[in-house]
Amino acid sequence: MKLTDFIKKKTPKSDSSAKVLPYGENIITCTHLNKQFMGIKAIDDLSLQIPQAKTTGLIGPNGSGKTTLMNILTGLIKPDSGKITVRDKHRTRIKSNELRTYRIARTFQDGRVIEQLSVEDNLLLPVAKNTLWGGFTEIKTDDYQSRLEKVLDITSLKDHRHKRAEELSYGLRKLLEIGRLLMQDADIYFFDEPFTGLFPEMVEQVCDIISGLQKQGKTIVIIEHNMGLIKRLSDYIIVLDHGTLLAEGEPDAVLKNKKVREAYLGV
Amino acid sequence: MEYLINLAILFSIYSMLALSLNMVIGMSGLVSLAQAAFYGIGAYATAIGMTSLGLGFFTTILLGIVINVAIAFVVGKILARFQYDYYAIVSAGLSVIVFSILLNWKKVTNGALGIYGIGKPVVAGYAFYSNSAFLGLALLFTAAIFALYVWIDRSSFGRVLKALREDERLTHVMGYKTKYYKSVIFVLSAALSGIAGAFFASYIAFIDPTTFQLKEGIFLFTIIIVGGLSSAVGSIVGALILISLPEVLRFVGLPYEIAAQLQQIIYGALLVLMMIFKPQGFFGKFRM
Repeated sequence: MKLTDFIKKKTPKSDSSAKVLPYGENIITCTHLNKQFMGIKAIDDLSLQIPQAKTTGLIGPNGSGKTTLMNILTGLIKPDSGKITVRDKHRTRIKSNELRTYRIARTFQDGRVIEQLSVEDNLLLPVAKNTLWGGFTEIKTDDYQSRLEKVLDITSLKDHRHKRAEELSYGLRKLLEIGRLLMQDADIYFFDEPFTGLFPEMVEQVCDIISGLQKQGKTIVIIEHNMGLIKRLSDYIIVLDHGTLLAEGEPDAVLKNKKVREAYLGV
Repeated sequence: MEYLINLAILFSIYSMLALSLNMVIGMSGLVSLAQAAFYGIGAYATAIGMTSLGLGFFTTILLGIVINVAIAFVVGKILARFQYDYYAIVSAGLSVIVFSILLNWKKVTNGALGIYGIGKPVVAGYAFYSNSAFLGLALLFTAAIFALYVWIDRSSFGRVLKALREDERLTHVMGYKTKYYKSVIFVLSAALSGIAGAFFASYIAFIDPTTFQLKEGIFLFTIIIVGGLSSAVGSIVGALILISLPEVLRFVGLPYEIAAQLQQIIYGALLVLMMIFKPQGFFGKFRM
């Protein structure tokens, strides 16, 4: 099934109050993307689309290019060639410090937080004014206070708000990172293996957070190896293998696909 | 009493330097060894401005700030490309270059002979000749720099600096042009060091290039390591400890011939011990 047919057919998971974005059907389009690392093709002439207001599961074997693709789409890596379209902006690359303007937020595989800063400061980091003078004159962050309280609540970090991030357990650090993502009023959220190393309770908590974003009609892209979670959360699945697109479509259909089962699931 | 006031003035000058250096090293994680250079430029701007150009003390402070800002702006752009030990090496290079210029540009700096007869500050006809009045003025400036430090520390700007010192890439992803932040704090710190230099020149009334060598930069580094990285209070406490230490050693009654060398050994040992046992210093909020 073509992606456009899928979008028309599939009933969105978002509720009736979901924010309808005034953009096209695909919020991100990659065209002929290429990226090599020391002669090895990590992304090989890859063209794909990320549907807006849907949750896309990005799966594939280790080294298939999932994180490289996410890094390209969030500006951490510059592609060798190709084009990226975010909404109506056509670019040869995304610059990482411009993610705010694209309304994109992301997490990292290893749960990247600023270890020697407090939980509160970690959460406030992405929302403070990002001009020199604006930041210099901004002492009180009342504007973000209600959002901060809400995020501390959702992530169960209220009791740890004044602790340094380095004092938190691995799971709480992951939650802190997700909290930092929630602080940003983005439209597109990238999660790079958000469930890795989490206790079952925390997995449920992160699932609830992602469901909350789905209800708000946000576009979500998740890299995850746990097929149960991918099936549960995704509206659409993209499978990569050796930097190329192996399959895409609805979860059930993709996971039954013979090529996918051979390459990734090993059955 | 006069002895204590003398110590207090030196403490005040070194507090200004420590606070400005802590903005760069502690708050932003940029290991700058160039502080002695900006300190020297500030001191020479006052020395030359007051003795040769007939300018007032406060005008020469401005002159020092302008020169430091201009140099730090250019150098800061280069330094912003580096981090950690590379930053230290390149900034140490600046310190060596400035020292060489102060030593060899004899026409302007009078070379190794130094400049003497540097005047005292005058405000509305009142000259700060007495040490206690001078101390009051120096403490006023120290308090202002302390307040500025605390302001930056609490501001969103400060939060970005504290984030980039650990993970510049992540801070960039959060939407901040980190290179600009690194340049701005370097320039600000250079300007503030210039003020300390002006006070030093006016207080001692004689300066020569030897005061502003790389080892002075390392001494300032020791102050903030001992007092505490990324802490305004730590900067002050570090200055207090390191300025008092030679005086304490003097009272211990060490032979005059070895006292100076021993002092250097103690500074070095202190730095090593702090790095091993308390890397964030007494009041530090950051460890490298």
